[in-house]
Amino acid sequence: MIRARARTEPSPWAVVAVPVISTLGAFLAGAALLALAGVNPLVAYLDLVSDPFGSVFGWTETIVKAIPLILTGLAVLLPARMRLWNIGAEGQLQLGAIGASWVVLWTPLGHTPVAVPALLLAGMAAGALWCLIPAVLRAWLNVNETITTLLLNYIALLLVDYLIYGPWKDPASRGFPLSAPFPPAARLPALIPGTRVHLGLLLALAAVAATMFLLTRTRFGFEIRVLGDNPQAAQYAGINLGRNILLVMAVAGALAGLAGAGEASAIAGRLERGLSPGYGYTGIIVAWLARLNPLATAIVAVLLGALFLGGDGLQISLGLPIAVVSMLQGLIFFFVLGGERLAGYRLAAPTPRGAAAAKSR
Amino acid sequence: MSVFVTAVCAAAVRAGTSVLFATLGEIFAERSGVLNLGVEGMMLVGALAGFVTTVRTGNPWLGALAAGMAGGLLSLIHGVLAVTLRANQVASGLALTIFGTGLSAALGRGVIGVPAAGFHAVALPAISRIPFLGPVLFQQDPLVYLSYLVVPAAWFVLYRTRWGLDIRAVGEHPEAADAMGIDVARTRYACVAAGGVLAGLGGTFLSTAYTSMWIENMTAGRGWIAVAMVIFATWDPLRAVVGAYLFGGVNALQLNLQAAGTSLPIYLLLMAPYVFTIAVLVFATRETARKRLGAPAALSVPYSRTG
Amino acid sequence: MAGEPGHLTVDMRGITKRFPGVVANDGVDFEIAAGEIHALLGENGAGKSTLMKILYGFYQPDAGEIRLRGTRHRFRSPRDALRQGIGMVFQQFMLVPSFTVVENILLSGPAHTWRIDAGRAAAEIAAQAARYGMAVDPSARIWQLSTGEQQRVEILKLLARGADVLILDEPTSVLTPQETRDLFATLRRLAAEGRAVVIITHKLAEVASVATRVTVLRGGRRIGTVSAAETSSQQLARMMIGRDAVDYVRRDELTPGPEVLGVEDLWAQSDRGLPALRGVSLSVRAGEIVGIAGVAGNGQRELGEIVAGLRRLTRGTLRIGGYDRTGASPLDVIRCGVGHIPEDRQGVGVAPRLGVADNLVLKSYRDPRFGRGPLLDRRAVTCHARDLIAEFAIQTPGPDAPAGTLSGGNLQRLILAREIAGRPRLILAFHPTRGLDIGATESIHRQLLTQRRAGAAVLLISEDLDEVLLLSDRVAVIFGGEVMGVVRAGEASAEEIGLMMGGARRAEAS
Repeated sequence: MIRARARTEPSPWAVVAVPVISTLGAFLAGAALLALAGVNPLVAYLDLVSDPFGSVFGWTETIVKAIPLILTGLAVLLPARMRLWNIGAEGQLQLGAIGASWVVLWTPLGHTPVAVPALLLAGMAAGALWCLIPAVLRAWLNVNETITTLLLNYIALLLVDYLIYGPWKDPASRGFPLSAPFPPAARLPALIPGTRVHLGLLLALAAVAATMFLLTRTRFGFEIRVLGDNPQAAQYAGINLGRNILLVMAVAGALAGLAGAGEASAIAGRLERGLSPGYGYTGIIVAWLARLNPLATAIVAVLLGALFLGGDGLQISLGLPIAVVSMLQGLIFFFVLGGERLAGYRLAAPTPRGAAAAKSR
Repeated sequence: MSVFVTAVCAAAVRAGTSVLFATLGEIFAERSGVLNLGVEGMMLVGALAGFVTTVRTGNPWLGALAAGMAGGLLSLIHGVLAVTLRANQVASGLALTIFGTGLSAALGRGVIGVPAAGFHAVALPAISRIPFLGPVLFQQDPLVYLSYLVVPAAWFVLYRTRWGLDIRAVGEHPEAADAMGIDVARTRYACVAAGGVLAGLGGTFLSTAYTSMWIENMTAGRGWIAVAMVIFATWDPLRAVVGAYLFGGVNALQLNLQAAGTSLPIYLLLMAPYVFTIAVLVFATRETARKRLGAPAALSVPYSRTG
Repeated sequence: MAGEPGHLTVDMRGITKRFPGVVANDGVDFEIAAGEIHALLGENGAGKSTLMKILYGFYQPDAGEIRLRGTRHRFRSPRDALRQGIGMVFQQFMLVPSFTVVENILLSGPAHTWRIDAGRAAAEIAAQAARYGMAVDPSARIWQLSTGEQQRVEILKLLARGADVLILDEPTSVLTPQETRDLFATLRRLAAEGRAVVIITHKLAEVASVATRVTVLRGGRRIGTVSAAETSSQQLARMMIGRDAVDYVRRDELTPGPEVLGVEDLWAQSDRGLPALRGVSLSVRAGEIVGIAGVAGNGQRELGEIVAGLRRLTRGTLRIGGYDRTGASPLDVIRCGVGHIPEDRQGVGVAPRLGVADNLVLKSYRDPRFGRGPLLDRRAVTCHARDLIAEFAIQTPGPDAPAGTLSGGNLQRLILAREIAGRPRLILAFHPTRGLDIGATESIHRQLLTQRRAGAAVLLISEDLDEVLLLSDRVAVIFGGEVMGVVRAGEASAEEIGLMMGGARRAEAS
């Protein structure tokens, strides 16, 4: 007796066509909304595309923005493969910046040659710890990680504020909320001289490769994939859910923390507000558009990085708030979700109750 | 001392009302089986719509109407994705939040710093003089009084009417409801829309009653707190009041401590509501597991009629 | 609105329904007359449920027409059908578990009353139930009720809606013999009042005891319609199967070895917190198959889960291979050399989006031959998969095809291959042939017997009593969480076992 199953694997045509058509649809809808806001959509879109792709500088800046997006995308992707929602990449990124700043500003390592690896490791550790809080709550008490990771974002941002308005405030900053600047030894080196493209790019690409390797060629990755596909089968196979939740979330937090450390060290050069225009949240969209495939995050991150850059430009040229980027991102997300379903397939992504269904022993 | 307690309680009610509206709305959506994580986005859009309308017309009630409509309209996007297209509901809700946050910030840039004639507290005659309960409950904004009506109405609809029975059935066992001829999709759309309307009201309360201004991201996560409070309330409108006012209390206390010039740093105090919500979530999760109460059985599972 | 006995109530003509890959109904004619109990007989997959679901508005036919009391109708949804007085009770009850009986019945009531008065409704329901000899507590919550009681609620729901055509899909598969007798009495009363009853079944005995007419379907086609009084079980069986039933597997006599699985005074709770097992003691030795017979819901599932390490026991001991393994986790059990063919093969036994090869190492991936340290050697996994695919004749496009695309029979072959390839000393086979066609069933049975001959111990749980009797050396009958008796193959008759399944202890039964 053959059981009819809805397609879960799209045709190769659909994998490319759906996101492209969906994005076009999103931009159409966005045009309508921009018109509502009193902006000429054609002008805005032209600027949006020409800024990131119209010049060499634009391209490099796009890559600069893509670096943290790759990392936060992976930070959402990896738990998602296990049906866990990590909405806290934004907060983990901030904690990564805090951890890096602590090493640089408050330990003697900041002026030594090991400053860079030290601050990166500290950022990863801080991000991992921040993500372990909701992980522990989920693994031991079955508390929904979607909400806890998110609430910790707000707490993380307040923590940054507390530090830069308080104990870590730079006395030379004349009242602005900033930490002391990082010494040169603690700045991530530039990869392409004359641009802001920094070492983080190599780290991000390495993370992509490492994640791919993890998922396909390790036992841990096998367990993640089984847990993500069918938590009950995983339990039946003797796979330990709790331990894997902790591990996966720790790795995810470390990746987002790495992004934060990178932004603090390479771009801002200090701990300050606004290190991230929402990279953590965009990471969710990166992961989704990449269909939870690590290799695709690199490409998607570049595209969404371009969107951020274009949005920056629109702020200057048309006075639009950076929030327009969120609006467009949200629209893209809507249209891709809808487009997938209209094309008849479903992404095998986390359902909140799936992992909870398996009884924990 | 009792003056202080009364003041804090009154502030708790005031501060909790926005979350209360949003929680009640999300209870309806989730009871019908649809998880809508877009509450934050809907609240912000509602807040902006209400504010702008109040500025343009001078009438905050029209603002409230606009806010409800805006929230409801926005929620329908999630409705289409979740119910008709059966997309992943968590993803769709997140998209709604991202979109709503961005949309409200983009459209709201023109009214930052603009004053509006919002709601003012109105003391109800006679009952506002009851000791303690009077000042706490009956010297509030009109929207707070509206919330006093919505709570028992929600309870009544859910437990004492045919619609409520249908809603609960659709959320617990949509196959059974479908087999009994209930239109699952229509019920879910209605509940999602109700959630949107109430979220919109929760948002406009912030921009036209609690304060009379518009700031980007002014809900500061209240939408998410509402989602957590739904779990604390075990999907029951009456318990939602407890959760919302508890949140309001923490918020009010934290503000009072700030104003009193405490030595605790401001930013740590501001963390209190979020930490509190996490604690509430932990408590609620353990309690529902222990008492075998639970989420509507079909929550966040898309429904399609299969053989 | 009941018609006179003999008056044609429903007339279905030329019904055809296709699903991807299969023709479920092929030009089927079916009539139901008021006052009769019409049995729709056929094997799994014959198209009986599909036909009735079309009548109930769940599906739309690709061809054919339906006439109700002479007028043509097209039922677009169950609501349509209900409005015309047609109601269906499914095998999986359409009841909301957390609602009370009253709420469930109100749910099915007419939608124009917007206020709910639970008290008055409860009284009406109790009266209605008594009229048809059904005992039910209106304020009980569904999850607290037995399956027999839940079924009564289903029937009451339909009666509350004024249904005069009642369709029941395999109603007795979840009932004890006593409950079956009660149900048939209720059905006779309903028919006597002029209603029409259709019962979908594959059990010849039921046809004999309650039906007035029988229609047999096979492979989506109608084979014939006869009056129950004028036919015999042999004739019906022949129509159902298309050939005489064949005894196709023979079990040879073996001397069992030492005990491989032992449970002693086992107590456990169900998911609801009610006691599911009350002091079960059982032993399975090497080279023997012990079958657990019993109606679903009497503790078999919990027993199986405990032995597989998926459920905690509250009291008692579990021994595997002579060692005390009480409280073992699923991983411990796997490491003890236990193979487990799960009841829910799609839901538990495979990861559907992962490839066949990955599923074949679902439990053995920790083995050193599949990689060193934390790494997984894909080539070794794929080689291993190719070997098993060949050995167990699993039909699949390739080792990396998603396991979810396999048909039911091939899926079970995959699971069997995986569980047996490790030469387990104990095999837990839970409902191993459910939903499979005869060919797949035969090959599974053969494999189990082969393993038995090779010295494995097999614990078989199955709701198909014939299968249990066919394969088992010893049969333990379970009822209400207790073992009513253990009989050797051939020592007890099917009827005696049936009585034990219904609650009689061994001594009383014989």
